[in-house]
Formats: sequence, C-alpha cells, structure tokens
Amino acid sequence: MSISVLAIVGGLTSTGLYLITARSLSRIILGFSLLGHAAVLALLTAGGSPGAAPIAGRGDEISNPVPQALALTAIVISFGLTLFLLALAGREQTLTGDDLVEDDLEDRRVADGSVADDSVAGNVQ
Amino acid sequence: MNALLAATILAPLFCAAAGLVLRTQAPLRDSVTLLGLVTAAGSAIALLVGVARDGTHIVRVGDWSPELGIVLVADLFAVLVLPVALTIIVVVEIFAIGQRRTAWGANPELSGPLLCVLTAGVSLAFLTGDLFTLFVAFEIILVSSYVLLTHQGQRGQIRSGMTYVVMNLLASTLFLIGLAIVYTSTGTVNIALAADRIAELPSGIRLGIGAWFLIVFGTKAAIFPLFSWLPDSYPTAPTTITAVFAGLLTKIGIYAMIRFHSLTGMDELGPIMLILAAVTMIIGALGALAQSDVKRILSFHIISQIGYMLMGLGLFTEAGTAGAILFLVHHMPVKTVLFLVGGLIENDQGSSSLERHGGLATRRPLIAVFFAIPALSLAGMPPFSGFVAKFAVISAGIAEASTAVVVAALIAGALTLLSMTKIWVGVFWGQPSEPADGALHPVAPGNRTTMLAATGLAVVGTLAISLFAGTIFDLSQRAAEGLRNPAIYITEVTS
Repeated sequence: MSISVLAIVGGLTSTGLYLITARSLSRIILGFSLLGHAAVLALLTAGGSPGAAPIAGRGDEISNPVPQALALTAIVISFGLTLFLLALAGREQTLTGDDLVEDDLEDRRVADGSVADDSVAGNVQ
Repeated sequence: MNALLAATILAPLFCAAAGLVLRTQAPLRDSVTLLGLVTAAGSAIALLVGVARDGTHIVRVGDWSPELGIVLVADLFAVLVLPVALTIIVVVEIFAIGQRRTAWGANPELSGPLLCVLTAGVSLAFLTGDLFTLFVAFEIILVSSYVLLTHQGQRGQIRSGMTYVVMNLLASTLFLIGLAIVYTSTGTVNIALAADRIAELPSGIRLGIGAWFLIVFGTKAAIFPLFSWLPDSYPTAPTTITAVFAGLLTKIGIYAMIRFHSLTGMDELGPIMLILAAVTMIIGALGALAQSDVKRILSFHIISQIGYMLMGLGLFTEAGTAGAILFLVHHMPVKTVLFLVGGLIENDQGSSSLERHGGLATRRPLIAVFFAIPALSLAGMPPFSGFVAKFAVISAGIAEASTAVVVAALIAGALTLLSMTKIWVGVFWGQPSEPADGALHPVAPGNRTTMLAATGLAVVGTLAISLFAGTIFDLSQRAAEGLRNPAIYITEVTS
C-alpha cells in the first residue's frame, strides 16, 4: 500500500514542479496545489500503517493522529495561500491584461550594461 | 517567566485584532499597535535578563509531553536574538507613523496590524522547540509579508511580489516534505527529540535530512544560489516594510539553520556550507556594485552579509557559531537603519536612485551622519559593531585554517566598503540638486521629526551594540556552547 502512495506522491511532485516552471500564474497556482497535496500525502504516510480512526479509547489499533493533525494544519495554510495567489493573478490580469510573470526591468538594464555608464555620468556631474 | 514568554507571542496578536477593528481611527489604532509591539519587546528584554541569570526556560503548551505537544524553549540563543528583533520592529513602527501621511508610506489601515501579526510570527519562530511550529511561524511571517509587500497593488509590487511569493511557497512546500521525512525517520518533529534520534540514523539519511533543510532554510535566508528573489522584491515595497524584511526575514532563515544544523550535528556539511558562504559573500558584494539605486544596493548587501553568518555556522566550532550569533545581533539593527535612511533620502529627493541626487551632506547633514555610522559598521570598520562581528567570524575561520573562505570574507568586506562609497558619492557629495521631476512630496515638519527621531534612536541602538560588544559576545559564546553540545539542550527539553 505504501509503495502506491509513494508513487502518487512522486507523480504529484513531478507534475507540480513541471507546472511551477511555467510563465503563467494560473499554471503556477495549479502546480502549487499539486505540490501541496504531495506534501500532505507524504506527511500522512509518515504516520506509519493505517488503522482505525484515532479517537481516544479505541485501543492500540488506531492510526497515528499526530501526522494527521500536522496534515490538517498544512491543508488550511495551503488553502489560504492558493486564494492569495489567485488574488495576485487577478490583480495582474487587471493591470497588464494577462497573468504572465514579467522580467525584472532593473536586471535587464544591468544585463545590457547601460546602468554602469549612467551612474558614472551621474557622479561626474 | 511563563507570562513573559506568552506575551511576546500573544500581545502582538491581540493588538493586531484590535488594530484591525479600530483601523479607521488613526490615533487609537497606532497606539494599540505600538502597545502590542512595545509589550512584546519589553517582555523579550525581561526574558533575556531572566534566562541569562537562571538558564533555559521551557513551556509545554497545554502540558502535553514533548512527543505530542508544542514546546516553547527560551534558551540563551533565542532570547539573545529576540529582543533585538522586536525592538527593531518598534522603531520601524514609530518611523512608519511619521511616514504614513506621505505618498511613500504604506497603507496605515493595514500595515500596522499586519506588522503586529508578523511580530507574533517572529517571536514564535525564535522561541519554538518544534519543527512543525517553526513551519507555522514561517507561514505566519510569510503570509503577513506577502500582504505587506503587495497591498498597494502597484504594478512593480505585483510583479516582484509574485517572484517572492512563488519562491517562498516552494520553500514552504519543501519544508513540509522535509517534515514528513524527519517524522518518518525519527517519529517526532520536536527539535530536541529529533536531534537525539537523527544522530543514530545511517549517515546517508542523516546528511540527506541536513542537505534538505539547508535548501529549505537557505531559500529563506537567500544564500547562493537561492537568493534571486530577494533583490528583486525588497526594493519595491514601501521603506518601512523593506526595513523590517531586510532586518528580520532572511535572518530568521539563518537562525533556523544555526539551530537545526548545530543541534543535529551536521558537521559533515561544513565544507559545502563554507563554499556556499564564500560565493554568497562575493556575489552579493559584486551585485551591490552593479546597482544604481540605494535600496537595491542595500538589498544585495543583505545577501553578502548572510554569507558571513553561514561561514560562522559552516565552521562548526564554538568560536564560529558564537561569531555567527554575534553577527546576527549586529546585522539586524544596522541593516534596518540603512533602509530607514534610504526612506529618508526617498522622502527628501523623491526617489532612491543614485542618479538624481547630490549634495545631501550639506543640505541634510543629519541624514548623512545617520547613514555614515551604520554604513561604516556594515563594512566592518572599527570601532563599530560590524568590526567586532566580522573579527569574531574571521578569527574563528583562521583558527580552523579555512584560508579560502577567510580571503573571500576580506574581499567581500572591501567590496562592501566600495559600494557604500558609491552611495556616499552619489547621494551626499556634490552640488545640492533639486529633484528632477518635481515629484517631491511635501512632508510636514512634525512627521519629519518623528522619522528622524526613530532613525536616530536606531543609530544609537547600533552604537550601544558596539559599546556592549564584550557582554554580547560573552552571551553569544554561552549560547554557542549550548548549541555545540546538543546533549544539554536535549535533556533540558525532554526531562
């Protein structure tokens, strides 16, 4: 059973990572959802073999509740952050008309070598 | 002591809630915000005094055993860094109250309460003895920082905010997977218990965990090659927000690294860390030289300085760790002051670009003094705190005969001085010039006084650190001793 869960974790992680490398924010958001699921599943498998629902008084045959508590917290956090990313994408859409991640203008200027000349000229004045 | 510990986390959280309710009533909101921040900072200072005298203080939240519940550990390392961090936030908030009424200020209805949330996260990150709570603390800090960075909704902020959010989200997800790995191999996320059990794992798994968390914390700390998000995003936010980010956020990454990698005894990762540290220092300093905007130059310096702290940790000796801790304490206030001065320049000139300025030294001598002291300190000139901190790290490096990284540290120091000179020549020397585009936003005299007073207070604080460097170094050494001997920490937390 564990192997199949691990295979799912691996599949989700690789698909998620592939989507994150995209330039459009909507794909990045999908990528993070998948990665979040992978992380939560990994946390769940960390709890060892599954058992009955972890309710006090059920004896020793219950699943380990600690990773489940951790996974719940992680789910809530990733839910909130997905919404925030969507809001960011929405804002980008209204500002620029699409949701592509843009280049850093300052980096481009440094790469073109125009900045060094400008600053020297500025200092001489 | 229990109440003090709780106050550093809960006081700012409650005041954030109150501040949000009162967000339209400016004086009330500002006083509630300040109250929360000052309470937290005051409690942190009291904690430092208490812990330095009586030793580590531990709170088991809800009285659960460390296996199951959250443990808050106020050891010397945590309480040495905490008061510095929280005091910085108070100073920045005072500056922000002055700056808010100008066009350069952050939206006051949001930034005050969010700064309180961030403060609670910072306290929790320093005090927690549990990896999962550390993850939650990181998230509290990051979520408030995402909003602080992008809440004005301008184009540049959204663009760079995306890079920032995506990089940090990726690091957080990796952190979560790292937690799963630690839990699978040790059955706990408590740092003390995990440190105890990780030591017994096969060396492959042990070093795998160490390398994984090096990547996770390294992204937060902006070490080479994971730093690209930092100089891109920091300069776009309003000054007060950049000042807090610059002073605190990357440092929390390096703090977590010092704690985790020291306690789990990842000494074999030392050589890799030293190489990364050397490259980080040089790349950061060179990057700063290439820039022509005050805030961007200062942002690259953050990266270069992180290299020194990583070097102190990477030596994996008591002297090196003590140097890294001292560097952490020195660096947080100095960096914040420099960004605040950047804000003063921006207010005065209408931009922080080097090409527009000149002659500020004659027109605004006070700003020039406020810049010169932390700038010289950052470059490591005696007698300022930066000299003491760099000296501690470099002498620890010489003691370990790590010549290459020591040479890199010295070169990076010289390059830092060079780029500080660039700011000095561009902004403070030369003929006084009027702002080019006439976009100067008039600042009421009262507001200017508040901003200058806050900056002055912070400059005095950095001077106090150099004045009491001896005491702080002794405390750093004691803290380093505790980190280099995990057995002490493990017994304290688990017994």
